[in-house]
Amino acid sequence: MIEVRVQVEPFEPGAELARLEALAPGAVASFTGLVRGDDGLVAMELEHYPAMTQAALERVVAEAMARWPLSGVIVIHRHGRLVPGDRIVFVGTASSHRAAALDGCAFLIDWLKTKAPFWKRELLGDGSARWVEARVHDDEAAARWEDPTP
Amino acid sequence: MSFELLYFAWVREAIGRDGETVDPPAEVADVAGLIAWLAARGGGYAEALAEPARLRAAIDQVFVPLDAPIAGAREIAIFPPVTGG
Repeated sequence: MIEVRVQVEPFEPGAELARLEALAPGAVASFTGLVRGDDGLVAMELEHYPAMTQAALERVVAEAMARWPLSGVIVIHRHGRLVPGDRIVFVGTASSHRAAALDGCAFLIDWLKTKAPFWKRELLGDGSARWVEARVHDDEAAARWEDPTP
Repeated sequence: MSFELLYFAWVREAIGRDGETVDPPAEVADVAGLIAWLAARGGGYAEALAEPARLRAAIDQVFVPLDAPIAGAREIAIFPPVTGG
């Protein structure tokens, strides 16, 4: 099972995990990203490139499937206006191997942070707004999965 | 050769529109050349595109480096580094 969803609506990690468990895979791993409430943040707006986002996420999933024996992958990424505590992103993996489920999940979230066309804008309590800057740390996290061969 | 341009995030805000159709002269051969040609319009374009090192691009919905040739492109997007996840 491969499923990639780009949506405004909330999602339920428990329901998604149950669907992965229904594959009887032996192991399920997941990551859920949430909107932080620090630095006076009152809301976050996620913009994306509608014509590209789905395909970009599917390319990241295809790369994960090529690297690890995954029987199921679910990736959900929200866009639109979110508030602290809201879930932004979900990655779930199913495999017969623990390491494949865990590593595949970590790879997926690291790569989608640098390879999917989303942009975050933070709205602060004083009425100001700022675009989130890409972090070197995210590039480094993604780079650790790069194929060492040219 | 005309094609669609799309802008996202603060590039879109500074330029003041989310896209347009353009027909640059033949000497505009790659994405970097396109960015320089647009920046020469001044105003919001110059502001948004002043520092190419802060920009990323996609041609026909695939990420490309700024030295990628634009011949044959149908849709080119210019935007800041992505910040999803």
